[in-house]
Amino acid sequence: MKIPLKYSLRNFTARKLTTGITVTGIALVVFVFAAVLMMAYGIQKTLTITGSEENVLVARKSANGEISSIIPGDIQSIVSSLPNIAKTSDGKQIISYEPVVIINLEKQSGGLSNISVRGVSEQVLQLRPNIKIIEGRNFVQGRRELIVGESIASKFNGCRIGGKIKFAGDYWTVVGKFTTDGSGFDSEIWGDALQLLDAFSRGNAVSTMTLKLANPSEYASFKLAFDTDKRLQQYEPEIETKFFAKQSELMAGFIRILGIFVTVIFSLGATIGAMITMYASVANRTVEIGTLRALGFRRRSILAAFLAESFLIALVGGIIGLALASLLQFVSISTLNFGSFTELAFNFALSPDIIISSLLFAVAMGFLGGFLPSVRAARMNILQALRAE
Amino acid sequence: MPAIIEVKNISKSYTRDSFAIPVLNDITLDIEEGEFFCLMGPSGSGKTTLLNLIAGIDKPTSGNIFIKDTDITLLNESSLAKWRASNIGFVFQFYNLIPVLTAYENIELPLMLTHLSKAEKKQHVEAALNVVGLTDRMFHYPKQLSGGQEQRVAIARAIVTDPLILVADEPTGDLDKNSAAEILILLDRLNKEFKKTILMVTHDPHAAEKASKIRHLDKGDLI
Repeated sequence: MKIPLKYSLRNFTARKLTTGITVTGIALVVFVFAAVLMMAYGIQKTLTITGSEENVLVARKSANGEISSIIPGDIQSIVSSLPNIAKTSDGKQIISYEPVVIINLEKQSGGLSNISVRGVSEQVLQLRPNIKIIEGRNFVQGRRELIVGESIASKFNGCRIGGKIKFAGDYWTVVGKFTTDGSGFDSEIWGDALQLLDAFSRGNAVSTMTLKLANPSEYASFKLAFDTDKRLQQYEPEIETKFFAKQSELMAGFIRILGIFVTVIFSLGATIGAMITMYASVANRTVEIGTLRALGFRRRSILAAFLAESFLIALVGGIIGLALASLLQFVSISTLNFGSFTELAFNFALSPDIIISSLLFAVAMGFLGGFLPSVRAARMNILQALRAE
Repeated sequence: MPAIIEVKNISKSYTRDSFAIPVLNDITLDIEEGEFFCLMGPSGSGKTTLLNLIAGIDKPTSGNIFIKDTDITLLNESSLAKWRASNIGFVFQFYNLIPVLTAYENIELPLMLTHLSKAEKKQHVEAALNVVGLTDRMFHYPKQLSGGQEQRVAIARAIVTDPLILVADEPTGDLDKNSAAEILILLDRLNKEFKKTILMVTHDPHAAEKASKIRHLDKGDLI
């Protein structure tokens, strides 16, 4: 025996100003909530598409990023002597020996930021075939030349084609711009590994080795060698995508926790707003409630009608907030990734999970804000309600 | 005619600041089926309280009320709500229409508590609209109607479920003379033509003229 839904629907639109303000409050909270989740997911998405599932990255155990990993020359020789490493058609092992260093670059908008410079070996194109030079050309081995990822190319001084970047006591010429379709590599600068090792006087100690296995299913036996060979016990292999995904966990987790904490506090305000609106709504309709009860509608029908109204306010607010947040997908921002302490450009990304949790969050605000006023409406004494003016 | 309403030794008192204030004192009253019964009395005489008790929206302090052999004083809140929905049609002084619903939807509201099909509901609403002569205003909202029209919609809402008893609390109290006369003619017609039992509370002697029986209350006593 329900009060028709149109009763709640029309009451929703009857008081345009108060309902509008409440809807706006909820929309803003949901916007912030969704934006934070989209930001965390964007970072994760960028880093989880970095690298390839077929590649194995070898780093020093306990290194929480490439910067803190170091692999000396003798270890590189042992790793490269392991079986199962894929070879090119001319018999060269597909391994990229990669020193990764951080340099400071001046932002065009002012201020300095950390940028990863990755030295790569000749075989890198076999390892990462999705790299495309979109402007200029690739660097030449043996020269102090660099190619710049597209996410940072237009944001930092000296990164345009023909520009010079100074680090390690020398000037390096930018000869090309590359893309990896939005992965974390797009926020890096790449050059010849040997030139970088020389410039930074690092001898032959690289940060990581990335290699391709002849057969990806042999990863387990490849990994076993690191457990059994005492010389390799300080090092560990990891599927490349997993390695970079781990780098996103700290940052994404931090944003998510901080963001949710902040939005939960915001949501208290929006919930109280919804509660005030619903209390006012109940107070304005006391006689109506009395009439409905006199006609034979039960307390639970009144409760349901008022809860439906607050759900509706919350749902409309939630949808508006989510719609606004979804526009952020067209925004690309860059920030310092705590995992690597370098600049990382990424897009806000929306997922079905974010849509569901944002709407649930909105509905929860509606429920919390609407519950007490609805209970008050349902508990009214018929005679007192009918007598109210 | 048999009595459709039997009020037996009803007393009602309110407690305010731990003092019991008597409102009705040992009232016994029979109302016959098909009667247009009018309760009169000055303000505070207890006439609305007696009407509310008979309509099942209030409980007596003592005594029993039998409506067609059902002692409604024994029903719990939920059963009483169900009983009201099928046995009582309410007409209030200030019409009490739901402002966000059209005349049609207001009249349809009590039918939501029945198991009638959509087509049957439509039939009932149209018949009620026809009786009160407002078929042409069915899609209007209460604020688009005059007071007299609003009260006619309220009467249509009261009769749409074909209840046993129509209770009207000062139905002309908020209306001008002409509209009040129209409402009284309508109530009289419902009583005579449709054989509705009507219990009306009023302090207006003109309104009482249409009634087939008039009783007076004074300070909680039937005189």
